[in-house]
Amino acid sequence: MTDRRRRFLAWLGRRPVLQAWTLIAPAGLWLLLFFLVPILLMIGYSVMPRGTYGGVESGFTLEHYARFFDPLYLAILGRTVVVALVCTALCLLLGYPVAWVIARSRRWRNLLMFLVVLPFWTSFLVRTFAMIFLLRDTGLINTMLLSLGLVEAPLTLLYTPFAVLAGMVYSFLPFMVLPIYATLEKLDPALLEAASVLGARPAARFRRVVLPLSMPGVVAGCLLVFIPALGSFLPSDLLGGAKQMLIGNLIQNQFAAARHWPFGSAASTVVMAGVLVGVLLYLRTRDRPAPAMPG
Amino acid sequence: MTPAVEFRRVSKTFGSTRAVDDLSLTVARGEFFSLLGPSGCGKTTTLRLLAGFEAPDPGGAILIDGAEVTAMRPYQRNLSMVFQSYALFPHLSVERNVAFGLEQRKLPRPGIVPRVRQALELVRLDPDTFSRRMPSQLSGGQRQRVALARALVLEPAILLLDEPLGATDLKLRKEMQLELKALNRRLGMTFVYVTHDQEEALTMSDRIAVMDHARVAQLGTPAEIYENPRTAFVAGFIGASNFVDGQTGGRADGQWLVRRPDGRTFRLPDQPGLRDDTPVRIAVRPEWMDLFRPDQVPPEENAIPGSVREVIYLGETMHVIVDIAEGESLTVALRNEGQLIKPLPWKAGDRVAVGWLPEDCQVLEDH
Repeated sequence: MTDRRRRFLAWLGRRPVLQAWTLIAPAGLWLLLFFLVPILLMIGYSVMPRGTYGGVESGFTLEHYARFFDPLYLAILGRTVVVALVCTALCLLLGYPVAWVIARSRRWRNLLMFLVVLPFWTSFLVRTFAMIFLLRDTGLINTMLLSLGLVEAPLTLLYTPFAVLAGMVYSFLPFMVLPIYATLEKLDPALLEAASVLGARPAARFRRVVLPLSMPGVVAGCLLVFIPALGSFLPSDLLGGAKQMLIGNLIQNQFAAARHWPFGSAASTVVMAGVLVGVLLYLRTRDRPAPAMPG
Repeated sequence: MTPAVEFRRVSKTFGSTRAVDDLSLTVARGEFFSLLGPSGCGKTTTLRLLAGFEAPDPGGAILIDGAEVTAMRPYQRNLSMVFQSYALFPHLSVERNVAFGLEQRKLPRPGIVPRVRQALELVRLDPDTFSRRMPSQLSGGQRQRVALARALVLEPAILLLDEPLGATDLKLRKEMQLELKALNRRLGMTFVYVTHDQEEALTMSDRIAVMDHARVAQLGTPAEIYENPRTAFVAGFIGASNFVDGQTGGRADGQWLVRRPDGRTFRLPDQPGLRDDTPVRIAVRPEWMDLFRPDQVPPEENAIPGSVREVIYLGETMHVIVDIAEGESLTVALRNEGQLIKPLPWKAGDRVAVGWLPEDCQVLEDH
């Protein structure tokens, strides 16, 4: 047995391509089964007529796409993009300084990193529910404000766009902090010292050295926040009180309550295609050769 | 003339470690000044204090051109630096790297371009070939030159260099040493150079501060440091040295007699500070010693008998290691006159006498 195994491994060792395939195969099959197949199914459903009792019937139609481009749904899409963009911007503004401090600190680095990932220990759903207890009229924030006499009546926090954004930013912030931290942590401190002797004050050092070199992390963080923010439905559902529908809620409704799978699939496909085009456009603008010095 | 740089009683403590201990020194304008020492001796901290990356402990003062800069930030000090890792900005092309400092000084665009070209030419990089390249597309030696150009383009009063030649191969290093020295002379700029390479320091420097354990062990010209090392550390760190121990045993004819443990004596030129019947340690450079047959030592030479342990071929010189006592040996460097035509007459096991002139003895202070 061991001899045969050794001979097999030696045989495999002489075939690097086969070796690579062997290593990729488990994850590849997994993704094929649980990612590619459902996506293809979804795209397939999106062009089939709706079944009378849910599901789909055989046939081909583009009516669901046509329906999606109705101003009503486009408004939802537009609002979702704005919310996701604002969420991404807030995460960036809040997360960058955090990533910087963690990357620069030596003693507290591990503790701070631990704190950043700590929220992942509980589920997204539980964390979003917890925000309700903070934000509602009799919640922690209003109770404190009232007892301190800072307000006379409870502030309406829950079921507002603010609550939705607060929940989203809270949930997605670590996805911004981690990739930015990863790039800042690799930044050679000598580069900052070099910029300093060359006459750059702190603001110029940030603008001309730190920020450009951390751009890969910023972009990764923005994608990691923007894409799930675009598809999220829990915060708007639970914290927004379903008053302002986002595209995620629309899709979820089509699959669950409305049992209109083809329309839900069409909406999902449009969002996915949009994200894909956006990422590809970004990848094309990157990695250009160094521009000539102006002047 | 006011010195370019002055350290007045500067100390620097990190936690419980003293990296620089009560350092005072001056660097003259236009001088090529080296801080030389083993790693951990405080030379890099001294340079970083001068650059402004570290603040000295209270009580010390650093002056540039007679003006106190102790509290000034690096970008206020009118100096430039070449880093050990070069610290080129990886996202900027060669010309943008070199232009960085000029842009920070708000120079108008049209003024920057020719100065960048000039700086690249100064370090012998062809601007047409290299301007648009990214640092990742350059060899180590080319990066070194870009780092130098980036520092020189600002025409600073003082250029700091932190082991800039550490990572290059020997041939390129020798070439750059001569180039740096030539630039220092031509531009009249003060160079403060940190290195652990004694040969490098001897080659380029006008003066050298040899540092050991956070202090300056000796400060002087290369010849002073090499020919009159004051401590065993300096004698051992700069070049090779033989150490001979003994006990003073009286004066005669303006010379001291030193008695070895085995009762033999050798002579030492008279010098202040020596007292009778006290232990002394002397250092003698290997190339100042010679080998003789035990019965043929000239009368003016000191001699210690021993037996040849090994003969080592080094190309330019031959090293003969001679055991003179239990656990004690001397290295004698002899000129290689061609082993194929005129081989050394010594081989392992030969009984010999190691000879040297009394005036080539260097009495060490820290014994």
